[in-house]
Amino acid sequence: MTSVIRIAAVSKRFGPSTAVDDVTLDIRENEFLALLGASGCGKTTLLRLIAGLEQPDSGAIFIGGDNMTGTPPYARPVNMMFQSYALFPHMTVADNVAFGLKQDGISGAALTARVKEALEGVELETLGTRKPDQLSGGQRQRVALARCLAKRPKVLLLDEPMAALDKHLRERTQLELMALRARLGITFVVVTHDQSEAMAMADRVAVMEEGRILQVAPPRELYERPANARVARFFGDINLWDAAAAPRRPHPAGIVAIRPERIHMSRTPGSDTVCEGTVADVAYLGTASTCFVTTTTGLTVRVLVRSDEGAPPFTPGERVYLTWPASAMMALDP
Amino acid sequence: MIGTAWHRRIVLALPWLWTGLFFLLPFAFVLKISFSEAALSVPPYSDFFAYAGGAIVGLKANLANYQLLLSDALYVKAYLSSVKIGAIATFITLLLGYPMAYAIARAAPQRRNVFLVLVMLPFWTSFLIRIYAWMGLLRPTGLINSALLSLGVIDEPLLLLNTPFAVYLGIVYAYLPFMVLPLYARLEKLDPALLEAAADLGAKPWRAFLGVTLPLSRPGILAGCLLVFIPAVGEFVIPELLGGPNTLMIGKVLWSEFFSNRDWPMASALTVVLLVLLVAPIMLLQARREDAP
Repeated sequence: MTSVIRIAAVSKRFGPSTAVDDVTLDIRENEFLALLGASGCGKTTLLRLIAGLEQPDSGAIFIGGDNMTGTPPYARPVNMMFQSYALFPHMTVADNVAFGLKQDGISGAALTARVKEALEGVELETLGTRKPDQLSGGQRQRVALARCLAKRPKVLLLDEPMAALDKHLRERTQLELMALRARLGITFVVVTHDQSEAMAMADRVAVMEEGRILQVAPPRELYERPANARVARFFGDINLWDAAAAPRRPHPAGIVAIRPERIHMSRTPGSDTVCEGTVADVAYLGTASTCFVTTTTGLTVRVLVRSDEGAPPFTPGERVYLTWPASAMMALDP
Repeated sequence: MIGTAWHRRIVLALPWLWTGLFFLLPFAFVLKISFSEAALSVPPYSDFFAYAGGAIVGLKANLANYQLLLSDALYVKAYLSSVKIGAIATFITLLLGYPMAYAIARAAPQRRNVFLVLVMLPFWTSFLIRIYAWMGLLRPTGLINSALLSLGVIDEPLLLLNTPFAVYLGIVYAYLPFMVLPLYARLEKLDPALLEAAADLGAKPWRAFLGVTLPLSRPGILAGCLLVFIPAVGEFVIPELLGGPNTLMIGKVLWSEFFSNRDWPMASALTVVLLVLLVAPIMLLQARREDAP
């Protein structure tokens, strides 16, 4: 696959802090890439570097094979949907969408047709004469999307596209975005702090921390084979133990990790029991419960117990026996 | 609940009380005087009410002042000239004030207050003293002419004082803060993401300015222009001290009617017409803005 964007050894500092630290990343044609990380990890800065809203201190950015380092945002074939949507409050929905097209010298019937097409693409064709403050949050988001897509960019950049939506709307919008991307066949780069959002939508996820990319991989690979403990911690619940203290000790050093759903817990010991302990706490999650078990060696183990296993639910203070296959354990760098 | 309703009523009453006491009531006096005749008495005008046996039996409304005002070319010319000078001065103030306000709004937050204080600093000196200072700068033997003469740029002093130029200079100088502050307030609130979005959508900086910044700062432009234009049209001190005898402005005419001619009714009529001329466009603008969604 060819890369549509190539970020080559890019660094960006703001005063004493380094927002993006020597990042190299290839974004492939037609892929849905998520930049995932906690706030302040540099993911938004990286997106703004691609858009040209920031210029790198060092390194280079190629878009479609052309070196775009130093090129101002208005000359780049990418468009960005801002977290606040940044709709022009003094313009109607249709004028907002037309703004970018007018900059390309499109006018008259061609302009009207392109605006109509873009608004139809997000099912807002009836709201063209409204002002942004007369729209709901979800409608505003779609106007912002239409405004970007009307320009037919090579790459669409989305900065926390779901942040301003409520949870119910979020899931629907996720599906809509994925369908849109599949239909248009353009590259999406999404910045998000929500790992479940990234996993649900993206073809690949780049996990960022302190300005660096820790790992770039498809969601399943990130979950099942995280590159290190920091990535593992980011994706779902996980038990991370110092190798020396871990039961079954498959590795002499480093960190040993095991997902809570891979551990089996029972009230009776078996021949394959790895360790025993006492239930310290139970967190009921609906389809499952997370049990916190304190082992006889003093280790805390998170165990995911599905609600439909038939047995009566575990309660704190119960004596339990834990087992898991050796293959479930991962050895990780810190 | 009753307490808050009470509070709200008091808070709402205050501006009305202020307007009533310091605008409507004095204006009613002025309006009354404008319908009377000048007389050699104390106060120097005829009584508005007709009395008979200690009771008011009628009004002696005299429209002669207004008739004269509209028929006398001097008054009409003074009004037109005032509006022209006010409008041109407002426009120059806008051209100077906009970039200033823009620069302050875009400056680092901790430096903005310093710039704002610098803009307002002249207010710490009396307005009259500052206009006198301009006389000292502009006169033929003043600082500007002496400097230019000694540098050899000019051979004889430039005529600066007592010219329309000096009047424009004075108005622009005196009212610049009134333009900068509302513009700054507006531009400072402008979301930088909007300009970034414009750039991202392909707009070069000047097109982003014309398409986004300028239309969004329109309320600030309007407020600044009104704050400069209204007092500038009625300005007396600046044309009197810097404009010389050839500058015709309604403020000067009004002053001479009141103090030189002791024609209070005429001066009052001039005031009423000036107020109507200034207030009517503002009311129209206000009504239009309320119509807009």
